[in-house]
Amino acid sequence: MPILEFQNVSKVYGNTTKALTNVSFSVNEGEFVSIIGPSGSGKSTILRCINRLVDTTQGSIIFDGHDINNANKKEIRQVRKKTGMIFQHYNLVDRLSVIENVLHGRLGYKSTLSGAIGRYTEQEKEQAFQILAKLGLTEQAYKRCDELSGGQKQRVGIARSLMQEPRLILCDEPIASLDPSSSKIIMDYLSTINKNMKITCICNLHQVDVAMRYAKRIIGITSGQIVYDGPPEELTKSKIYDIYQSNEGGLITDVR
Amino acid sequence: MLDKQMDNLIEKTPKKTNQISVFSKRKRTFAITFFGIFALFAVSAIVANYNILSGFESIPKAFAWMAGNFIPDKKALSRLPNILAKLFETALLAVAVTASAAICAFFFSLLGTKTTKAPPLVSRAARIAASFFRNVPNVVWAILLLFSFGQNILTGFFALFFATFGMLVRMFIETIDEVSSSCVEALHATGANSIQIILQGIVPSSLPEIVSWVLYMIEYNIRDSTLIGILTATGIGYLFDLYYKRMDYGSASLVVICIVILVITIELLSNKIRKVIM
Repeated sequence: MPILEFQNVSKVYGNTTKALTNVSFSVNEGEFVSIIGPSGSGKSTILRCINRLVDTTQGSIIFDGHDINNANKKEIRQVRKKTGMIFQHYNLVDRLSVIENVLHGRLGYKSTLSGAIGRYTEQEKEQAFQILAKLGLTEQAYKRCDELSGGQKQRVGIARSLMQEPRLILCDEPIASLDPSSSKIIMDYLSTINKNMKITCICNLHQVDVAMRYAKRIIGITSGQIVYDGPPEELTKSKIYDIYQSNEGGLITDVR
Repeated sequence: MLDKQMDNLIEKTPKKTNQISVFSKRKRTFAITFFGIFALFAVSAIVANYNILSGFESIPKAFAWMAGNFIPDKKALSRLPNILAKLFETALLAVAVTASAAICAFFFSLLGTKTTKAPPLVSRAARIAASFFRNVPNVVWAILLLFSFGQNILTGFFALFFATFGMLVRMFIETIDEVSSSCVEALHATGANSIQIILQGIVPSSLPEIVSWVLYMIEYNIRDSTLIGILTATGIGYLFDLYYKRMDYGSASLVVICIVILVITIELLSNKIRKVIM
């Protein structure tokens, strides 16, 4: 059963900038999908339409059986609660401690007051520490986030989204600012989360090789339109050139 | 293969003539600006009847006169307790003004910043109001308020309050936009509501910079409250004005020295505080 369905979704920024044109696809529960495409092709817009950080111009998005395009504020909050998001620049509150940032994942579940003053239940705190332990961050729990390395910050980002008990995790270029070793750690965690916790994962990536290794399905988009949708095995070289609108020898992956 | 690629690259770079014209254009702009400023100075000097040479010649004379008259004497020192009491009063006023203006400014800046996504009209209105308060100098505020409050400490308070409020709203909006936009996006994505985002995201990430601006405005207001005090006949400014008009230059200079010492102390202190909180 599809957990997420895009039906002819279009998005126009301002009056002229077309970000998405007639995008349709559906994602089944438990899938690991990777979206690849050149910068500015609409990858981030797709993710942000799902949790309504961006409003679509046309078409409908169905998440978990509900059309979220016509959702009111309360319903949007419900959707966001159930979708975690991981960012390229981690987007943590740098001056707060790791544990506080992880607990932010519960804000959607809490009353305005107790969320605003940061009062969490013992159960929530325990859960936060368990997640931190899983991600190997127990020692960092009380450190301020600006003391951490990039890879550690991204793991805090993952922990925060896991705190939401999400059904879907959206990753917006999670490894674009990380070194190869931290990148592997992050991708391995995402893969484990997807397999063991059965959380659906949609991951924007710039690295085609990484996408092909980790994802079970790849969606390639060029200037707001889907040009490839299928398993990584069928993503041939010529199709990659199509996605990036490039020729033989024009991609960094061609350098040997 | 590689040669061919290099050729391609070279072809893509702009022609040399283009580059030269860019440089000569920059030189021309520079020359025009320089002569423009010079011409502006010359014209205004002629219009204002200002002679640059006699202007500079009088500087040493001015210093000699100051050195002769502005040395605090015994009489001045006997007035020190009175001066210090007034100075303390002025400093407290500056702190009170800045603190209350900061609280109001923070709420206003939440409306003005892009991160909270307040309705565009409200946000625009908040920015315009702040800009109005900021762009009327506090001296003008003082003169305007003199009509309604008279020569009173309240006049000084509100004059400084309005100007400080306007300044702080702008500083706060810039700070919040700069440091919290990324974490605000993430908190939105978790399903947090606006009040939770403000208290859990915006406040902790921008607080140190906000405190830093408030400290700066305290320094600034201690300096300015002297000037306002001359107009409103309150605080240390009044005392300076009084001694000066009585031609008691020794006491007047002691007032100035006390103000300078206080301002420098506050500046050093706030630098220390900044270092700790940053």
